[in-house]
Amino acid sequence: MTCLPAHTDKKLGLVIDLDTCVGCQACVTACKEWNTGGHMAPLTDIDPYGGDVDGVWFNRVHSYEHMTEMGGRTVNFPRSCLHCETPACVTVCPTGASYKRASDGIVLVDEDKCIGCKLCSWACPYGAREFDTDVGVMKKCTLCVDRIYNDNLAEEDRVPACVAACPTSARHFGDLGDPASAISQLVAERGGVDLMPELGYQPTNKYLPPRAQTPRAASVPAPALEPVRAEGGFLGWVDRMLSH
Amino acid sequence: MNHGPLRGANSAPSQRSLADTRAPDEGDGVDTSPDVSDSIAKTTCYMCACRCGIDVHIKDGKVRYINGNKDHPVNRGVLCGKGSAGIMQHYSPARLKKPLLRTGPRGSGEFREIAWEEAFSIATERLSRIRRTDPKKLAFFTGRDQSQSLTGWWASQFGTPNFAAHGGFCSVNMAAGGLYTIGGSFWEFGEPDWDNTKYFMLFGVAEDHDSNPIKIGLGKLKARGAKVVSINPCRTGYNAIADDWIGIRPGTDGLFVFALIHELLKAGRVDLDYLLRYTNAHVLVIQEPGAADDGLFARDSGGNPLAWDRLAKVSVSATDNGTKPALTGNFEVDGRRCVPVFQLVADRYLRESYSPDAVAERCGIAADTIRRIAAELAHVAFEQAIELPVAWTDWAGRRHETIKGRPVSMHAMRGISAHSNGFHTCRAIHLLQVLLGTVDVPGGFRFKPPYPRSAPPGPTPAGKDVRPMTPLEAMPLGFVCGPDDLLVDDAGTPIRIDKAYSWDAPLAAHGLMHTVIRNAWAGDPYRIDTLFMYMSNMAWNSSMNTVETMAMLTDMDASGEYKIPFIIYSDAYYSETVPFADLVLPDTTYLERHDCISLLDRPISHADGPGDAIRHPVVEPDRDVRPFQTVLIELGARLRLPGFVDDDGSAKYRDYADYIVNHERTPGVGPLAGWRGKDGTSIGRGEANPDQLQRYIDNGGFWHHDFAGDQRYYKMANRSYLEFAEYMGFIPKAEPIVFQLYSEPMQRFRLAARGHGRVLPPEAERSRIETYMDPLPFWYAPFEEAAVDLEKYKLHALTQRPMHMYHSWGSQNAWLRQITSQNRLFVHNRTAAGLGLVDDDWVWIESINGKVKGQIKLVDGVNVDTVWTWNAIGKRRGSWGLKDDAAESNRGFLLNHIIGDQTSADANGRRYSNSDPVTGQAAWFDLRVRIVKCAAGEAGFTEPQFERFRQPPHFEPSPDKLNFGAEFRRAREAAE
Repeated sequence: MTCLPAHTDKKLGLVIDLDTCVGCQACVTACKEWNTGGHMAPLTDIDPYGGDVDGVWFNRVHSYEHMTEMGGRTVNFPRSCLHCETPACVTVCPTGASYKRASDGIVLVDEDKCIGCKLCSWACPYGAREFDTDVGVMKKCTLCVDRIYNDNLAEEDRVPACVAACPTSARHFGDLGDPASAISQLVAERGGVDLMPELGYQPTNKYLPPRAQTPRAASVPAPALEPVRAEGGFLGWVDRMLSH
Repeated sequence: MNHGPLRGANSAPSQRSLADTRAPDEGDGVDTSPDVSDSIAKTTCYMCACRCGIDVHIKDGKVRYINGNKDHPVNRGVLCGKGSAGIMQHYSPARLKKPLLRTGPRGSGEFREIAWEEAFSIATERLSRIRRTDPKKLAFFTGRDQSQSLTGWWASQFGTPNFAAHGGFCSVNMAAGGLYTIGGSFWEFGEPDWDNTKYFMLFGVAEDHDSNPIKIGLGKLKARGAKVVSINPCRTGYNAIADDWIGIRPGTDGLFVFALIHELLKAGRVDLDYLLRYTNAHVLVIQEPGAADDGLFARDSGGNPLAWDRLAKVSVSATDNGTKPALTGNFEVDGRRCVPVFQLVADRYLRESYSPDAVAERCGIAADTIRRIAAELAHVAFEQAIELPVAWTDWAGRRHETIKGRPVSMHAMRGISAHSNGFHTCRAIHLLQVLLGTVDVPGGFRFKPPYPRSAPPGPTPAGKDVRPMTPLEAMPLGFVCGPDDLLVDDAGTPIRIDKAYSWDAPLAAHGLMHTVIRNAWAGDPYRIDTLFMYMSNMAWNSSMNTVETMAMLTDMDASGEYKIPFIIYSDAYYSETVPFADLVLPDTTYLERHDCISLLDRPISHADGPGDAIRHPVVEPDRDVRPFQTVLIELGARLRLPGFVDDDGSAKYRDYADYIVNHERTPGVGPLAGWRGKDGTSIGRGEANPDQLQRYIDNGGFWHHDFAGDQRYYKMANRSYLEFAEYMGFIPKAEPIVFQLYSEPMQRFRLAARGHGRVLPPEAERSRIETYMDPLPFWYAPFEEAAVDLEKYKLHALTQRPMHMYHSWGSQNAWLRQITSQNRLFVHNRTAAGLGLVDDDWVWIESINGKVKGQIKLVDGVNVDTVWTWNAIGKRRGSWGLKDDAAESNRGFLLNHIIGDQTSADANGRRYSNSDPVTGQAAWFDLRVRIVKCAAGEAGFTEPQFERFRQPPHFEPSPDKLNFGAEFRRAREAAE
């Protein structure tokens, strides 16, 4: 079994705004595109043009419908590794392949140590692990560890590929361990939440909930329109307005 | 923090790199700074119509990675799901490899490979004969073409009027509805003021036009807390994040908008000052029933429209800014009764038939909701008006110390467009915006240069006089202002094969590509010789009535000749249309070509300034393929078309790149506006600059000019802007553009229907012209709805493209197809329960045109009387490099099979194209269906099924496994 670091210097992670995500899949393919040539390359696709197509993806978007007091709502939900503070996927790993970095908190897989036993994928309640059957190794989101510190990229590009691509600006990145960081403040302002906190894995990534639905009439404080009352109805009103 | 200048859309503090990006000393051996690329080429994406800037990272001669260009005015660094899957598009196994000549029956997919020389000689011989005899026997239709200023010009130099791209089945209702009303349009020629709007209404946008700009804009609205109201039967995509989702019944948006207008008028909540300054609201309309000028504008001897001065009580020029024009009343001018346009507007929309209570049931929207939205619009427009502290001067020389705005904006697209009442509905939305005073003002809908232009813009379409070996006098597509401009012969018969600009579709500004195959097959109005198409899947998802369309493509006459004698098609991929071609010209991918995204055509401008862009080859083709535009230019030279050859008969342009730099449409004005002049210092006008393409490449693949602060709003009347627009050649003269609430060109058609004028409609067409060429927008039931048994076909059926495949050739993309490879029919829970259906059932979807089988998915977020599915997921077996067991051809289905391409017969037995009667826009969304659970043995697979296409020579089977990217890792590890 693999130990977790007692403490991480940073808690790097993502914040995803469910109020803004339109489910366009840009983060999904941007992730695939970077990572298939990146640290865990490749993200193998089996039967890519056939009926049993099955590829490795570090990030997927699902759309759900649910009912609220105000009626139905559709929520687009991007799902990737949450880089938990106490991830079971690490502690169950028999070889030390699955590990959490002490420096920045990123959860990674050391492919040289991975024996493909899949215990980690059984342990992860978020479904964030992806088994590459072609090489028999478990793969997963690296938080673009090969971008965020990459001296070969311009400094402004040292963010995860999904954050750079997102067309609606629904994805954020930073140190969630630093309460003064912009991302921590965003979480505080918007009431960011953990995914399934009751399981106790303390996800680092947060989700910003959709805006509360309000009784619709109240959202713009517009008084009801009243017909122009004075003489001549609407046309009379026009004439008076023009005469002013 | 050490950050340089912040660029790009995603540059909020919570989206930037870490304050310290030095890698921590983790000691786990992870290479945190791998080499990314040997070079970065900046070019333009081409997987939809957005034209985003992309950075293509090249490593070891292969594409490693593509990301958005942060400096690019369209996408500002972001990239959509398609753009980020561009690698798989580029390396698709479905790419054509070499020119093909048909050997088997048409539609079989049996071809032999031929050399380009042979391909050119076949095409040249055939087209040359057509040009010598009857040029209109060439029908040249170019699909998703982004080079229409070249392709249209080629057609006109060839001498055929039979040219258009795919706008007729895509968005012409939006284009024409806007251009005839405000001289601009949603999407292509305008955009909401995302930075200032407080209330945004999104009509019928099916996750589409346009992609990244709307998404970036919605992100801004969400960040600011502006209200988003979506009017759409489906609650997906953009509609999912709206604050208010109005699940309207398809085809009733016009009624809903008129009810909003009714409420605003009744309450006196319209901007009279704006109407007087920028519209024809005060222009006098002659009211003399039976007269030849009834319904036309009263004009002075100089032809200027007249208004009525309330104080002087005389008629005055409507453009004279020193008068006090009346907006209501009834006046006599030269012995003729006249009323201002606004009086007609008020008379029509104050009718009770347009009240919220009257339309609520039909729209499926509560009357109180309509009243509330009207109140919100009025509140935001008038109580939350904004002012930018920038002085500007209007066309008449009046200085304004601030720029005033009403922060309500609107955007509309396919859901409005794809109905047979879409033109009038689009006009209605623009009318609503204009009444609120919110067009090209801060917070409103803004024009993108080169728009606005006069409403409608010129010139008229060419093609009245088609003669052998003779170019047309102008471009084939244009704007008609009355019956005299139509392309019909003396008997009223259409001149064009698609019947554009005929009585069937008078304002067909984009042509009617969707009618070409039927008309050519039927010889109606005449037989053609060659159908030449580019980049449009007309044998599958781009046609209505697919089954019959395929049959028309293969149908023969008694002598065993195909009724459409010869088909030339250019595509980069083995699509469903390729097997129906006799000669196939293989195109390159978007990373292997030159292109220009031109101000002469469909540029990359935004509201704060004009821009254009290029594509340039960033990787070399590994196949014997050529970019279509270069092929077209060579074909033009071989045919010795004027403009394509020098005086000595030699080719004028080496290739498309040479044309882009050196072609001049008018002296000094060419395809690209940036870095003109010998030294590259001019914009808009100037001599050709031999270094122009390099200057574009050095600048990231695009050119963009930022307006001065005082030029950015009120462009229809802003002197500084109008003078700039004249200099650039956007408009002929720096004169104000007047919004046409009442469309006089349409009234001219009505007068013709009443027997007035030189060009008259055939008797049988008169009532149709009288009805639909109404000069004020109105609502009528979509044609199919009006014609079918609504008790039998209770449901509306719609399609939309998923955002990750919007406007794209998606299905051969190994990544995108993993996201969607089987489309379901989405059915409301309650509707399904009423039909005894449960989730995952297989059903027959039946219309009056046929039936198709698919699997349902139950949802809550859809109008209860509407079912819908993802379009263009269903594929024909043997196409796109897909294997025989692919979900696309076994479980995915194409709704097009049951969308009729013609209306039901009218009282005269006449069937028209299933299109808007004004513009000819394909009425995809008029479809009515019923759904029936299929028998147990029928479940699990789609029908109809079609014979598998054979594969072209030397097509290798698609791979069983992709490990794209492994090579980059191997190279890194080898280098360590």
